[in-house]
Amino acid sequence: MKVLVWLIPILPAVAVLLNGLLGRRILRDKAHYLGVGSVGLALLCALIVILRVIADPQHPIEAKLYPWIFAGSFSVDMGLMVDSLSAVMLFVVCGVGFLVHVYSIGYMHGDPSYPRFFTYLNLFMTSMLVLVLADNYLLMFVGWEGVGLCSYLLIGFWYERRSASDAGKKAFIVNRIGDAGFILAMALIFWTTGSLAYHDVFAAAADHQITTGIATAITLLLFIGAMGKSAQIPLYVWLPDAMEGPTPVSALIHAATMVTAGVYMVVRSQALYLLAPISMDVMAGIGAFTALFAASIALVQNDIKRVLAYSTVSQLGYMFLGCGVGAFTSGLFHVMTHAFFKGLLFLGAGSVIHAMHEEQDMRRMGGLRRHIRGTYDTMLLATIAIAGIPPFAGFWSKDEILASAIKGGHVLWWVLGLCAAFMTSFYMFRLIFMTFRGEERFDTEQVHPHESPPSMLQPLRILAVLSVIGGVIVGIPPENGLFHKFVAHAFHNQGEHAVHAFHFWPDVPLMLLSTVIALGGLYLAYLFYIQDPERPKRLAEKFAFAYETLLNKYYIDEFYDAYIVRPVKWSTDALWSVDARVVDGVVNGFGAFTRLYANWSGIVDRWVVDGAVNGVGTVIQSGSRAFRLIQTGVVQNYLLVMALGLFVFATIYLIAL
Amino acid sequence: MTWPLLSTVVFLPLLGAIVLLALPRRREALMWGWTLGVMLVTFAVSVVLYAAFDSSLPSMQFSEQAAWIGGLGITYHVGIDGISLPLFVLTTLLSPVALLSAWQSIPTKAKEFAVLMLVLETSMLGAFVALDLFLFFIFWEAMLIPMYLMIGMWGGENRLYATVKFILYTMAGSALMLVAILALHILNLQQGGGRSFDLFDFFALDLSLQQQKLLFMAFFLSFAIKVPLFPFHTWLPDAHTEAPTAGSVILAGVLLKMGGYGFIRFCLPLFPAAATAFAPLISVLAVIGILYGALVAMVQPDIKRLVAYSSVSHLGLVMLGIFAGNLAGLQGGILQMVNHGLTTGALFLLVGMIYDRRHTRLIADYGGLWRQMPIFAVFFLVVMFASIGLPGLNGFVGEFLILLGAFEFNRGFAVLAALGMILSAVYMLWMYQRVMYGEVTHEANRGLRDLSAREITLLAPLVLLMFWIGIYPSTFLRPTDAASAHLLEQVRSRAVLAAPVSAALTPRPFPAGEGAVDHAGGQTP
Repeated sequence: MKVLVWLIPILPAVAVLLNGLLGRRILRDKAHYLGVGSVGLALLCALIVILRVIADPQHPIEAKLYPWIFAGSFSVDMGLMVDSLSAVMLFVVCGVGFLVHVYSIGYMHGDPSYPRFFTYLNLFMTSMLVLVLADNYLLMFVGWEGVGLCSYLLIGFWYERRSASDAGKKAFIVNRIGDAGFILAMALIFWTTGSLAYHDVFAAAADHQITTGIATAITLLLFIGAMGKSAQIPLYVWLPDAMEGPTPVSALIHAATMVTAGVYMVVRSQALYLLAPISMDVMAGIGAFTALFAASIALVQNDIKRVLAYSTVSQLGYMFLGCGVGAFTSGLFHVMTHAFFKGLLFLGAGSVIHAMHEEQDMRRMGGLRRHIRGTYDTMLLATIAIAGIPPFAGFWSKDEILASAIKGGHVLWWVLGLCAAFMTSFYMFRLIFMTFRGEERFDTEQVHPHESPPSMLQPLRILAVLSVIGGVIVGIPPENGLFHKFVAHAFHNQGEHAVHAFHFWPDVPLMLLSTVIALGGLYLAYLFYIQDPERPKRLAEKFAFAYETLLNKYYIDEFYDAYIVRPVKWSTDALWSVDARVVDGVVNGFGAFTRLYANWSGIVDRWVVDGAVNGVGTVIQSGSRAFRLIQTGVVQNYLLVMALGLFVFATIYLIAL
Repeated sequence: MTWPLLSTVVFLPLLGAIVLLALPRRREALMWGWTLGVMLVTFAVSVVLYAAFDSSLPSMQFSEQAAWIGGLGITYHVGIDGISLPLFVLTTLLSPVALLSAWQSIPTKAKEFAVLMLVLETSMLGAFVALDLFLFFIFWEAMLIPMYLMIGMWGGENRLYATVKFILYTMAGSALMLVAILALHILNLQQGGGRSFDLFDFFALDLSLQQQKLLFMAFFLSFAIKVPLFPFHTWLPDAHTEAPTAGSVILAGVLLKMGGYGFIRFCLPLFPAAATAFAPLISVLAVIGILYGALVAMVQPDIKRLVAYSSVSHLGLVMLGIFAGNLAGLQGGILQMVNHGLTTGALFLLVGMIYDRRHTRLIADYGGLWRQMPIFAVFFLVVMFASIGLPGLNGFVGEFLILLGAFEFNRGFAVLAALGMILSAVYMLWMYQRVMYGEVTHEANRGLRDLSAREITLLAPLVLLMFWIGIYPSTFLRPTDAASAHLLEQVRSRAVLAAPVSAALTPRPFPAGEGAVDHAGGQTP
C-alpha cells in the first residue's frame, strides 16, 4: 500500500522526465501516450488506495520514506498520508485530472509544443498530488509552490504572446505573496508545537498547547497563503488573467484543482482554525465578499472564459464562507461538486472556442445549440448544477454552506451569499443564452462551427453525469450524508462542531428559498437575453457608471498598478541611484580623496621633500664646485695652504693665550 | 603516519600548476587537458575525503600539524570539519566547471589562465582548512592575486576600475584582520600561552567584552566585505560584471563564501560575547541587504549585474541565518552558501553562454530566446527557480531553515526576509520573461545555436545537485549537523562566561592552564 501511495505522484513525475528528455525529438505528437498513460495509471493506483480508505477510514495509510530536512530539533519527513480528507481530494485530482488529460489530446492536437504541454501538465499532477497527500505542512508546501510553478508555466504556455507571459508572471508573483504568509505560518507552527507534521500539530492543538493569540496568528498567516492560491480578495487578481493559458489548463488548474488547494489546506487545518474565532470571522467575511464581488463582475463580462474565471473566484468565496462559519466539510463538499461542474464548464467553453476557431467573445456567438448539440447539453447540465437548482450537485453543497451561515447567526454573510447565488444563476444562464440560443451573431458563411471529437466529448459527458448526481448520492441528508460521515473520520469525528441533524425547520424553507433565488436568476436571464436581447443595452446605457465599473472590474488592476507596482518600480530606481551615487559614491569618494591626496603628496614630494633633497644636493654640488677650485692637484698649492693653516692656528693659539 | 589526504587535495592543483609551467605553450589541447585532469583528480580525491568523513563527530578530522616558522609559533595546521567540508567539496567541484567554461572563451594567454586557475584553487582550498591563523591569512591573501589578474587580463571594458576596486576593498579588510591576528598572538603570549597562531590556542584565551568587540570588528570588516554585507557590497557588481565567466563563477561560487565561512569559523567561536552583542546589528544589515539587493537587482539592465545584486540579497539571507544563534539558522546558512555557489555559479555560466554567442549582457538585446534555444531555456528555467527558492530544488531547503532560525531570533527580521523571497521572484521572472519569452526582436538573435555538448556537460552536474539537495538534502545536512551543534554550544557557553563574569568569578587559572596544556600538545605533534 505504501508503494502504491508513492506511485501516485511518482508516475506522472516519470512521465515528466521522459517527455522532457525525449518529447521534442522523438515522441512529438505521441507525447500523450506517456502523458495520459501515466495519469491513467496514477488514477488506477489512487482508486485502489481510496477503496482501502473507504474500507477502513479510521486508520489512515501512512507512507514515510526518509527524514527530509532536519537541523537540531527540527525534522520533517518525506512522508505521505491518505486519510478520508486526502482521499476525497485524491479522487477529484486524479479523476478530473485524467479527464482533462484525455480532453487535451484533442484540444492541443497539432500544437507545435505538444510534448511540452503534457510535460507541464504531468508536472502539475505530481505537484498537486504531493500537495494533497503530504503528511506535513512543509511537504504540502512543496506541492503548493509546485502547482504555482506549473500554473506559471501553463499560463505562459504560448510565451510568444506578451499577454500570456505577463499573466504567468503575475500569477506566480501574487501567489508568492501568499506563500510568504504560508512560510511564516510554518515557522510559527514549528516554534509553537515543535513539529510540522499534521499529526503532532493537531494533537498539540487539541491539547490546548496553542493559545488563542498564537492560533489566530498562525491561521491568519495560513489564510494569506490560501488567499493567494485560491484567489480571494485582495489576491484574486491573477486568476482572471490566467485565462491566457490553454483551456484544459483553465479547467484543471484554475477551476477544479489547484485553486481549491487553499480550501483543502484550511479544511486540513481546522483544528487550528477552531481555536481562532477571529480568523474564522475574517475568513467568512472575505469569502462572502469575494463571492459577491466576483459574481457582480461576471454579470457583464463578454469573454466566455472570463465569465467562468470570475465565477470560479466567486465559488471559491463560497467555500471559504463555509469554512469560516464552521462548515468545513460543506466547504470541501463544494470543492468536489465545483470540480465537476466548473471543470465541465471550462472544458465545454474550450469546445465552443474550438468550434468557433478561437473566438472567445460571446457577443460574436449565439445559436450554437444547433451546431454543437453535445457540448450544449452537457454545459446546460453544469449550468443548472452551478446555479443551485435541485437536485443537481451544486445545490446540495451551496445550500449547506448558506444554511450553516444563517444557522450560525451570520446573517450578513448569509445575505451576501444569497445575493451572489442570484447573480450566479443569472450570469451562468446569460452565458448559456448568449452562446447557444438566439440567432447566430457571426458570419455563417465564414465560420462553420463543428462538434469536437469524441476524445473531447467523452470527458464532458462523464463530468455531466457527476454534475447531476454527484450531490444527491453523497449529500443527502444535508450535512449528514455519506460525504460528511466519511470525511469526519479524518478528524476523529470531532473536528467541526456544527449541528449535523436535519430538521424540517429551518432546513426545508431554506432549501426552498435557495431554489427560488436560483430560478429567479434564470428567469431574469431569460427576460434579458431571450425575450428581449436589446434590454441589457438599454440598461447599460441607463446605468452607464455602474456598468463601466463592473466591466472594468472595479478598476482594481489599475489601482494596484498605481499604488503598488509603480511605487515599487519608482523605489527600485531610486535605490539604484542611491547605490550608484551614495554607497558607491562613498567608495569612489574615498578613492578620489586618496588620489587627490596622492597628487598633493606628489606635488609636495616633488617641490618640498624632493626639493629639500635636491636643495641639499644643489648646495653640496655648488659647494663642491667651489671647493674643487682649490683641489688643483699641485703640491705647491697644498703646501702653501698647509703653511697658511699652520700660520692661522699658531696665531689664534698665541692670541688666545 | 597516515597519508596526508587533506594536504593532498589542497596542493594537488598547485603541483599541477608547476608541471603546467613546464608544458609548451603551443600544445593548447594538452594544457587544457592537463589542467582539467588535475582538477578532476582533485575533485575525485575530495569526494573520497567526503565519503571517509565521519559525520557523527563534531571535531576536526584529517588534521595535520607540523612546525613551520618555529620562532613565532606558526604551524602548518590543517583540518576539516562538517562546516568546512561542504564548502571544500564545492570548491573542488566548481573549479573544473569554471575551467571548462573558459575552454573557448579565453582567446589569449590560455596558459597563464590555466596556471592562475590552479593556483586559485589551492589557495581557496587552503583557506577552508587552515587552522592556524597565520596560515589562513596567507591563503586568504593568496586568493586575491589570481583573481585580480584574472579580471584584469581577461575582463570586460571597465576591468581596470573593477580590479582596483576589488583589490583595495579586500585589502582594506585584510589589513585590519592581520592586526587582529597579531593582537590575538600577543594576548596569547601575555596570558602565558606562549607563541602561537593556532586557532585552538586562541579559543582558550580569556578576552574581556571590550577586547572581543574590538577584535571582532577588525575581523568583521574583512569578512563583511567578502560576503558582501550591505553597505560593503559595491565592489561586487563591478567585479562580477567585468570578470570573465570563469572568474564570476569562482567569485560567486567560492570567494564570497569565504566571508560567511570566516564568520562561522573565527568570529563566532573566538569572540562569542561580541558576536552575540553584535548579532542584532549585523542582522539589520543582513535584512537591509536582502531587500536592497533584490530591489536594486530589479532595475539592472545588465544580466550579470542583476545576478550580482541578487547575490547581495541571497548572502544577506545567509548572514541572517549565521547570526540567528540557533541550529536551524546556522545549518541553513551553511547549506545556503553551497546552494548559492551552485545556483549563482550556474547562472553566471548561463549568462556566459549567451554572451559567447552575442557579446552583450544587456537584457534589452535579447528576447524570444526560447524558440531559438530550447535546451538553454530549460536549464535557465530550472536554475532560475532554484535561485528563487522553489521547493524541491536546493535553494528552498536552505532558505527555509534560515527563515525558521531567523523567526526564532527575531520575528520582524523573518517577515522582512520573507518579503525578500517575494522580490526574488519578481526580478528573476521579469528578467526571464524579457530574455526568453516573446517574439525575437533582434535579428542577431535569430538562429542562435543551442547549447553544445560541452555546455550541457558543464551544467548537468550542477542541475543534478540542485535536485539532489532539494529532494534528499541529508547527504549535505548530515555532515554539518554535529559540527554546527558543537559550534553553537561553544558560542553559547562562552558567551555567558566571557561577558561581565570573568572578573567576578575569576575562572582564569583553569582555562588558562587548559590552554597551556593544549598549546603544549599542539606544539609537539
